[in-house]
Amino acid sequence: MQETLQRILEEYRQNEGNLITILQSLEAAFGYIPEDAVNWFSEQLDIPPAKFFGVATFYAQFHLKPRGRNIITACCGTACHVKGAERIINSLTRELQIPSGEDTTEDKEFTVEKVNCVGACSIAPVVIINKEVHGKMTPERLMKELKRLKKGK
Amino acid sequence: MDKNIEIKICMGTGGMAAGGKEVMAAFQQSLNEAGIKAAVSENCSVHQVGCRGFCARDVLVDVVINGEKTTYQYIKPDMVERIVKEHIVGGEAVQDWTVKEDYHTFHEKQIKVVLADCGEVDPEDIDSYISREGYEALKKVLSGMTPEKVISSIEASGLRGRGGAGFPTGVKWDFARRAPGDVKYIICNADEGDPGAFMDRSIIEGNPHAVIEGMIIGAYAIGAMQGYVYIRAEYPLAVERLKIALEQARQRGYLGKNILESGFDFDIKIKLGAGAFVCGEETALIASIEGKRGMPRPKPPFPAQKGLWGKPTVINNVETLANVPPIIRNGALWFARFGTEKSKGTKVFALTGKVKNTGLIEVPMGISLREIIYDIGGGIEGERKLKAVQTGGPSGGCIPAEYIDIPVDYESLARMGSIVGSGGMVVMDETDCMVNIAKYFLEFTQAESCGKCVPCRIGTKRLLEILSRITDGRGRPGDIDLLITLSEDVKAGSLCGLGQTAPNPVLSTIRYFRDEYEAHIYDKRCPAGVCKNLLTYTIIEEFCKGCTMCARVCPAGAIVGEKKQPHRIVQEICIKCGACFETCKFKAIKKG
Repeated sequence: MQETLQRILEEYRQNEGNLITILQSLEAAFGYIPEDAVNWFSEQLDIPPAKFFGVATFYAQFHLKPRGRNIITACCGTACHVKGAERIINSLTRELQIPSGEDTTEDKEFTVEKVNCVGACSIAPVVIINKEVHGKMTPERLMKELKRLKKGK
Repeated sequence: MDKNIEIKICMGTGGMAAGGKEVMAAFQQSLNEAGIKAAVSENCSVHQVGCRGFCARDVLVDVVINGEKTTYQYIKPDMVERIVKEHIVGGEAVQDWTVKEDYHTFHEKQIKVVLADCGEVDPEDIDSYISREGYEALKKVLSGMTPEKVISSIEASGLRGRGGAGFPTGVKWDFARRAPGDVKYIICNADEGDPGAFMDRSIIEGNPHAVIEGMIIGAYAIGAMQGYVYIRAEYPLAVERLKIALEQARQRGYLGKNILESGFDFDIKIKLGAGAFVCGEETALIASIEGKRGMPRPKPPFPAQKGLWGKPTVINNVETLANVPPIIRNGALWFARFGTEKSKGTKVFALTGKVKNTGLIEVPMGISLREIIYDIGGGIEGERKLKAVQTGGPSGGCIPAEYIDIPVDYESLARMGSIVGSGGMVVMDETDCMVNIAKYFLEFTQAESCGKCVPCRIGTKRLLEILSRITDGRGRPGDIDLLITLSEDVKAGSLCGLGQTAPNPVLSTIRYFRDEYEAHIYDKRCPAGVCKNLLTYTIIEEFCKGCTMCARVCPAGAIVGEKKQPHRIVQEICIKCGACFETCKFKAIKKG
């Protein structure tokens, strides 16, 4: 961890970064924003941790808890909404038995999250599975994809 | 047999989702394998191109032989071999797979200015852009136009901001030009946050150099030496292509020091948005580039006076900037020919929802909704009835079917209680509930409200609560008037555009679909059959064949019955997901 933090700090200094670029680098490196990392940066830069968390909680891109190995993002844009995004999300949380109020399975295999719009409205409804865009999704097709992912572990 | 063969494969986000990469690999493999290249021609190339708008038909492939273009639709990798064999080698197009009449009617009424080169140029190859008059406008500007002349051309063209507000671009540039100070900035707002709009993504994915060229011209006009593209991290492909394009532009001397020997210095940096809808608002966007929470501040001072790091700053939307090079190349009058008196030029719309042909379209301002929906869009899916068109995303409103002959321009849509906005156009049919749509948008704006000002933070929350209880069947008499009063207060009292427009979806649906609200509140009924709590699913015994399909798809196990006997839904267990309704082949399930 230490090495990664050092590298991010150097990038920050070279590129005249700011709090958002640091948090983006942390998110890219760890998949979430570890509290220890924030505290370390806070000391290095003499910026209170509250400033970091203020920014981190403002933007949807930052996560304060570790996320699953597979990340399934359901688009909730208007076009996806009228084409049945809710059914798709319901089928996902049901199938993966994600505890209510959470977005990740207990075994940290899957995270299900919603996104406002990925801008692929003409192939709605859209689901992104591990960064790959899948259009015209149905609950049935999604269940097949889930099976494939579960086997692949 | 010396043929000039070009194969263009659609590789926007839509094309890739449909397997564009695999199709491209299949073409390359198939062409190499059979030694086709050697057999038919040395001049055989396979290119990726950006979105041409009709993503629902992807993967779309153009095969151009000696200038003659054939377009194929729904292409999968295993179909490639036959195309190569019969068409490229044999000279006979595979008619089963080519696009039909409806593909052409989709394009007929469109006029492409911004999208003209999307689907034609290879977005990762600057020479491809240059071969289609790319960077000619920049050369024209730097070799003989003063900044004032550039600004007056843009003013004369009548170009207005395509991001939503419709502010005249030339006037904005002029403000920044006149603002005192040596350091100025130009920002391209590519934080396309409106759900249901994706033109900015497609333009950057399909023709990034047009945006860059527009930005350089804008920078020259206002006197900026540094520019930023603030782009959503949710658009990884657009970011990647933009990075490549910027690097190529630098290598060719279109960016950097002393551009084209003119003495003008300018460069562009990419700033990734971190996911906040409010950052589409100018002052919030500036705060976000500075690394802060993206919260808006009161205006004035306007960004053109005091923007990024306190310096004069112009913020233009992607589509606005992409309009600049063609205006400079062809002249302001050429551009002003399109459109209406106050809304000049063309506008790109994302036509989605319940129309047959979904996709990205570019039409002259002033075209009617009817032409868009029925001529370009091909009508409503499943021959159902059109109910409303939602324009302008969460800041816009719903226009009911009886008004589809109004012209689409800034003024007309505003009179209808909606806006052009960034250009989202979601078509809804009789199976869509207008109260649910209003609630959907309020869920969005309530979650995206930055929380700085009270009317927006608490007002949207209360609006959402009232809408939620109406859709849950707990609506009270007086709720409609309460919604209207509260909406007016939120509009009047909010600090920025988000709060000032957030109630629009509520007000416009009440204005045109008040009866639907009343049905929810007084009859506890959802006429469109969408709101779950107001729905019951029952099985009509005489139609049920006992095929057990419904029982098998029911995720809650709420359907009981013996094989070949009528089944029954246990209402206490039913979660009203509608899976049975969609599965039943005998129309034996009643929703209502």
